[in-house]
Amino acid sequence: MLTIDRYLRASSLEEAYEAAQKKNSAVLGGMLWLRLSHRHVSTAIDLSALGLCGVEDLGDRYRIGAYTTLRMLETHEGLHRDFGGVIGDALRDIVGVQFRNLATVGGSVFGRFGFSDVVTVFLALGASVELYPSGTVSLETFCGMRGVKDILTHVILPKRQVRTAYRAMRNTATDFPSLNVCAVLAEDALTVTVGARPLCAVAYRLPAAGAGTAEEIAEKIAKETVFASNSRASETYRRHLCRVLVARAVDDVYGKGGES
Amino acid sequence: MSGPLKTVGKGVRKKDAMQLLLGKPAYVDDVTPSDCLVVKVLRSPHANARIREIRTDIARKVPGIVAVYTYEDVPGKRFTMAGQTYPEPSPYDRLILDRHLRFVGDAVAIVAGEDERAVDRALRMIKVSYEVLAPLLDFRAAKDSEILVHPEESWHALCDVGADNRRNLCAAGVESDGDVDAVMSSCEVVLERTFHTQACHQAMMETFRTYTEIDAYGRLHVVSSTQIVFHARRILAHALDIPKSMIHVEKPRIGGGFGAKQTLVAEIYPAFVTWKTKRAAKMIYTREECQVAGSPRHEMEVTVKLGADRDGTVRALDVYTLSNTGAYGEHGPTTVGLSGHKSIPLYTGSLQAFRFAYDVVYTNVESAGAYRGYGATQGIFAVESLVNELAETLGMDPVEIRMKNMVRQGQIMPAYYNEPASACTLDRCMQQCAASFGWAEKYPVRRMANGKIRAAGVAMAMQGSGISGVDVGSASVKLNDDGFYVLRIGAADMGTGCDTILAQMTAECMDCSVEDVTVFGADSDASPYDSGSYASSTTYVTGRAVEKACLELKEKICALAAEMLGCPASEVVFRGREVARADGRASVSLADIATKSMCGNTLATESTSSHSSPVSPPPFMAGMAEIELDPLTGKVEVLNYQAVIDCGTVVNPNLARIQTEGGLVQGIGMTLTENIRYDDKGYLNERSLMQYKIPTRLETGRLAVEFAPSYEESGPFGAKSIGEIVINTPAPAIAHAIYRATGHWYRELPILPERIALDLASEESV
Amino acid sequence: MEITLTLNGRRITASVAADTVLLDFLRAHGCASVKCGCETSGCGLCTVFLDDTPVLSCSVLAVRADGHRVTTLEGLEAEASEFVTFIADQGAEQCGFCNPGFVMNTIALLRENPDPTDEEIRAYLAGNLCRCSGYEGQTRGIRAYLNAKKEGRL
Repeated sequence: MLTIDRYLRASSLEEAYEAAQKKNSAVLGGMLWLRLSHRHVSTAIDLSALGLCGVEDLGDRYRIGAYTTLRMLETHEGLHRDFGGVIGDALRDIVGVQFRNLATVGGSVFGRFGFSDVVTVFLALGASVELYPSGTVSLETFCGMRGVKDILTHVILPKRQVRTAYRAMRNTATDFPSLNVCAVLAEDALTVTVGARPLCAVAYRLPAAGAGTAEEIAEKIAKETVFASNSRASETYRRHLCRVLVARAVDDVYGKGGES
Repeated sequence: MSGPLKTVGKGVRKKDAMQLLLGKPAYVDDVTPSDCLVVKVLRSPHANARIREIRTDIARKVPGIVAVYTYEDVPGKRFTMAGQTYPEPSPYDRLILDRHLRFVGDAVAIVAGEDERAVDRALRMIKVSYEVLAPLLDFRAAKDSEILVHPEESWHALCDVGADNRRNLCAAGVESDGDVDAVMSSCEVVLERTFHTQACHQAMMETFRTYTEIDAYGRLHVVSSTQIVFHARRILAHALDIPKSMIHVEKPRIGGGFGAKQTLVAEIYPAFVTWKTKRAAKMIYTREECQVAGSPRHEMEVTVKLGADRDGTVRALDVYTLSNTGAYGEHGPTTVGLSGHKSIPLYTGSLQAFRFAYDVVYTNVESAGAYRGYGATQGIFAVESLVNELAETLGMDPVEIRMKNMVRQGQIMPAYYNEPASACTLDRCMQQCAASFGWAEKYPVRRMANGKIRAAGVAMAMQGSGISGVDVGSASVKLNDDGFYVLRIGAADMGTGCDTILAQMTAECMDCSVEDVTVFGADSDASPYDSGSYASSTTYVTGRAVEKACLELKEKICALAAEMLGCPASEVVFRGREVARADGRASVSLADIATKSMCGNTLATESTSSHSSPVSPPPFMAGMAEIELDPLTGKVEVLNYQAVIDCGTVVNPNLARIQTEGGLVQGIGMTLTENIRYDDKGYLNERSLMQYKIPTRLETGRLAVEFAPSYEESGPFGAKSIGEIVINTPAPAIAHAIYRATGHWYRELPILPERIALDLASEESV
Repeated sequence: MEITLTLNGRRITASVAADTVLLDFLRAHGCASVKCGCETSGCGLCTVFLDDTPVLSCSVLAVRADGHRVTTLEGLEAEASEFVTFIADQGAEQCGFCNPGFVMNTIALLRENPDPTDEEIRAYLAGNLCRCSGYEGQTRGIRAYLNAKKEGRL
């Protein structure tokens, strides 16, 4: 059971950051996973007064506030248009609408959960994150960082000409994915991410042309990627799924995929 | 009955529908005070352990804590929590709290306090020193294991069910008809396979919960989400070792049961607290407690040996079931019986001999209980799967092979207590199912352009209607002011709609509308005795009691009316809203009769009747599933499910249809997603609905439900039952479809995508 | 902590602990329609509107409702009554325990998309579990309601 002593609705990032440095403090996201922890939190820090909820279109990129909900992303017209609907594809099977109305981008990314759909799609789209006070780092770098005490304020998604595809295997329609895969084909490169391994998603960058057939690419990625077992899937099954889903996603972005 | 039915057979709204849909207070936690003691249980972290020492002094000092109880504080008489007719077949193997802990989640101590925070704190302050023993986790190794789950002397069984705690046996038995070995050896084809089904959870949306208080008479008043108010009274009296007269049990609306609430899972803890402290108390199970310390389906391993001829004649069935009752024996001796009694008789049409043997064993896992289907589900998965395998082996159409062998109306079923299939349209169910489903088009395997495979499978099923010679259903019908009726019952509507169905029957008998009938129940003080709502008994058994009570009440009303009309009772006729002289010269309205009954009257316008049936006429059904299977990911999607059911007369087609759809979806969950896994310490993995995956509305496929009613003479208006049978066909039908798509028979549930994908992948790499 | 919110149109001020969840707060304030089914943010029984958005009240701290509008089924009876009769006509309410969350989220769906397809209905309500009905009766009820509305029968 989660217990909380004190609740702080921060009035500035400085205040939030300062409070976050204290032992047993926690920055609140959507409260969906935090709630399941058997944790004692001394100060729960709410960022809702800091204007971090919303998607800004900055011309060459989107700047997404940490308190933007997954449902807002899923239904955002600009994101849908510019990324070929891939964000909606990645998010719409997460539990239910009411859940996605609470789950935040910041919470989803900051947690770098091993089951995340959000990280897999953002990583493939070349996202970076704005941390207070450290500044901007790529999401890929952020995924490797440990013990971050900064406040994650925004996720940046660069706009590029891309073709995209998202594939996930779930044991039931709204379950955690057993594996997920995102392929993004830009002018210069094909990016493939593999998530729910069940470790944080990893990205592979390949040349846009001449990287081999979808099966070859899938085989290579499946061999290179580290997988593990949990109650949803074994390591062996995940490696197998990686071959299947990567091949399908890559076929999709090259326009060869049938529906499946 | 003469003339066409006016109310029975109509899809009338459930009487409580609007209140429930608008979220009005109706359930235990809504209708009982919140300023009462909060009761929680400290649960064992070990699968098999003895308490060396338990220290509660610090816990007791937590502000707000009123009581902490351990094994030292409870009565020493063993009892069972199974809600069954006395003497219960389930062994007396429980104490409220025991020094010996038999599964991870077993109750170690009870804590009661003023609020949840205090209770949670106190739970952490109880210091227990355990002597950890090796657990018995493999039910295949349980019989005659060195580890005894119930070594205690005080363990005892009231009924002769073959139980022996020195051998970990909760029950054992064998029965047969004909010389099965001789027939088997003369068969041209013999198949023998073993099937395994998991301990599925009912996962009703409302967890177990009970409120208790001391009433104005000093009695223990229990408000609980239970299917069995009368059994609850008896079991609580046994557990607390107090007179039954000191207990009053009632149930408000129930948020789903499916058998779970046929066991006293939550009641004894707050009841004990209230009895000891004389203070009101409430216990609300968390979902995790429901998962780890509930009363799920019995895990079973069913071995079926089938003998047939090359023309598809099924001649011999030899079924052995090993059932895992877990740490305690609730419903252990009885569930296992259905695995044979409700599967083998399906082939009465051709069967020359059968044998059915079983062992029910204790292990150190969660105690099993009653879940819709009650053993039939497990047995039917095994037998129906093997019949499908026979058909595929012989190259016969599985529908044809069933038409050839199935039980037909009028046949005596030796494997079903020699009861006759007095009303049976299973043949029509199967044919209608094939036609509506489009079996001819869907049975052939189809490879789709996207690489997925479509295929179909079939199964049939039966169940019972009440427990023959045991279940008692009762109804009281009373005439009131203005001529409305109150129907009092002891059966428990748990969402199924039995209040409404029994009101429909009352309305039919009394020639009035359903709105003229008010239903009250269930209450151990005020309701006439009823075994409770389980074993598919309510429509069939209690329904018949309603008919009888109404018949008697009509006579009383007529007698009173005759008095008013100044003629002999033999000269009046009951016409619903009035009673008239047969010659038509005078009449009195029902309202006037009701008024008269309350003034200077000595004849009670109220009747109570009980009913029990010497037979348990089975409903029958056929089910067909069409799936789409992705051979690379292993994902199975149910596209269509067709069910055709013979439940006798359909009393309320809307509710019968919803019962069917709900049962099918639970069956789909059991088949494809609802997993149960223990680690090597006996710790359950599926402790929440995040891990235990019941189907969402995206998993159900399109369900089509039709009826092929027979007419059961012994049932009310020709009705049998429907509540349980509907869960039985999905597992064998879907497993069959998966075989068609993959070439693999999956004999262990659930059939997860991983198994399918890796099996197909390994085949490809060979 | 003291919070002020508008609950079903009524402004209320109350003192809550930092870790009180909105679900418990609402039940303690007379909203018995709000049910708890899972404790893992996955069943939808506790659905309420925070401002106008359907959320899981089990996963919202009561303090976060400070300054907001919260609406439960108690506050939407008129809007709900219109369509739930169609659910009742299917018998799809069954045990009823999941109904308030299901009704709330259906209202949210119909406000957002007044003319959904069956697939859109299923997708939007995917986070509302029901163990009794098998879901199909709920979909039929909503469909019957939409048809009745289209045909001017309401």
